[in-house]
Amino acid sequence: MAPAKTERDLRLDLFRGLALWLIFLDHIPSNAVSWITIRNYGFSDATEIFVFISGYTAAFVYGRAMQEHGIMVAGARVLKRAWQIYVAHVFLFAIYLAEISYVAHSFDNPLYTEEMGVLDFLKNPDVTILQALVLKFKPVNMDVLPLYIVLLAGFAPVLWLLLRAPSIALIASAALYTLTWLFDWNFPAYPSGGWIFNPLAWQLLFVFGAWCALGGARNLTRWLNSPALVGLAVAYLVFAFLIALTWYFPRLGVYVPDVVGDLIYPIDKTNLDVLRILHFLSLAVITVYFVPRDWPALRSKAFWPAIVCGQHSLETFCLGVFLSFAAHFVFTEVSNRVFVQFAVSLMGVLVMVGTAALLSWYKRVERQGPRPPTTRPGYAGGDA
Amino acid sequence: MIGRTLLMLALLLPARAATAETAGELPAECRVAQHLVENGVPLPQVLKAIAAKRLSILVIGAGSSLLPGPNGQKDAYPERLRSALAERFPGVEITVATDVKARRTALEMVKVLPEDLAASKPNLVIWQTGTVDAMQGVDQDEFSHALDKGIAKARAAGADVVLINSQYSPRTDSMIALGSYGETLRWVAVQREVPLFDRFSVMKLWGDLGTFDLYSATKKLDIAGRVHDCIGRLLAEMIVAAAKPEAPPVQVPGK
Repeated sequence: MAPAKTERDLRLDLFRGLALWLIFLDHIPSNAVSWITIRNYGFSDATEIFVFISGYTAAFVYGRAMQEHGIMVAGARVLKRAWQIYVAHVFLFAIYLAEISYVAHSFDNPLYTEEMGVLDFLKNPDVTILQALVLKFKPVNMDVLPLYIVLLAGFAPVLWLLLRAPSIALIASAALYTLTWLFDWNFPAYPSGGWIFNPLAWQLLFVFGAWCALGGARNLTRWLNSPALVGLAVAYLVFAFLIALTWYFPRLGVYVPDVVGDLIYPIDKTNLDVLRILHFLSLAVITVYFVPRDWPALRSKAFWPAIVCGQHSLETFCLGVFLSFAAHFVFTEVSNRVFVQFAVSLMGVLVMVGTAALLSWYKRVERQGPRPPTTRPGYAGGDA
Repeated sequence: MIGRTLLMLALLLPARAATAETAGELPAECRVAQHLVENGVPLPQVLKAIAAKRLSILVIGAGSSLLPGPNGQKDAYPERLRSALAERFPGVEITVATDVKARRTALEMVKVLPEDLAASKPNLVIWQTGTVDAMQGVDQDEFSHALDKGIAKARAAGADVVLINSQYSPRTDSMIALGSYGETLRWVAVQREVPLFDRFSVMKLWGDLGTFDLYSATKKLDIAGRVHDCIGRLLAEMIVAAAKPEAPPVQVPGK
């Protein structure tokens, strides 16, 4: 099976860029602006979009590499990418350590003696830093990159199978997901529990994205254009929205019949609850229906900021994590007035766009430089 | 996160249950958050105990139910609750036993709960939990299972239960992932029909309105004491409202 088309689908960049913005906004604690993000209106959030599109683009980029250069070369490139992400994660951890050490040193309040216990890990760095390096200790909001690292680290054989027997690869992925639910499998975390994003469950969305990139989406076209499916998707989104309303107005909770409540709760984010998958798929169905691949507006200036962020997803993601630390720092040290929250959120997004634009420019300059233009598939058309 | 995001909307909601007599007795700084205190769930054992003029309460919790210092015990919310209830129910003998120790997870508290129940024979168990579980990253299923077990044990011993969630702590907000633990607490509370005292939203509101400066780095206990005093009083309001015989419980359709 060949990668669907050679031209990059700008919708992927657009929605990945938007997902990166939403992840940034969600990661700032107590941020008033985060009420706009999709997690408040249904079951899934930006993480699903990010993982699916990452799977899609990884298959798109490395699939071609595998067909042209074989499994060894493509596998090496995938691992190199995983390594880059690992290094980025460790770099972010260093920044996190700096922030938390500052707070530990400067903050004291008898009201919060219990909460300050979270800083205790600074007392035994020999354990925690090692646990962080093996990805077992992950500070708050630093769970996505480790998931991405694991997904990419295991991707080469999956891609190999996807190129030969796509259906079998997808069934195997679903089987792993099912077994994970049946037997409560997860990667261990430090000091206790498992990974917040269980890679054994979340791989399903990544592999599904890859499957779509390698021709699956084309096979689904007939279904995707059916109004009945779009109707179902809309109905499901409305249902999820109504349930989400009861989270913010607990009084409305009494209108949710017990049967429905018992059926849907708890909605398990760690193991990628089926309700979350369905919510993401509904969003995807509606998006694909209303935003065609060749929609002229995709090339307009209005969407450029999100698209450029989506094209440099690793850098933008890491910057977003750093900026959310910084934004929280501003809220605690300067002001957390609502207009400051809006201003800081907007500034953060602007910095992300500016940096992505700079990276784009630099990449263009590099290509036009004295060296002949390179066409390494791993980098052509953006990041995986 | 629940209660956090739609803060501004929450502010617009009319203050519920602030009848003239109750409002008059609450200090203004406590009262601003009164509408966030849920009181729709009845507490039958408490009702009976008040009628019998003897109410025994057990507070089981972790570090955020404590205040340091020589006056810590007197200023922390369990004792403030007792004193507020004593004012509200003159003639009722009110005792508050406490089992609060820092750094305990829900499961660790469930393990000692039977002894506490046997020792104090409470009509009401107030259970503050969630923060330590979040700090240690305890598995959600395990956490929710521990809550279920604790509620069942307290009920088997003839006590009502009130749950208290985490404090709002702006400085450590980005370091402790309270979110899903708060949601689990809320969900278990709904499922088991146990009132949840939403301490997080209450304190968040105080922080946002500037009622109390929750950001300051200080060793002084004055603000901490006032926060605990208000929490004790609001808890008392919740219990008063739930224990009013004329207060009709929220009608649940389909039941």
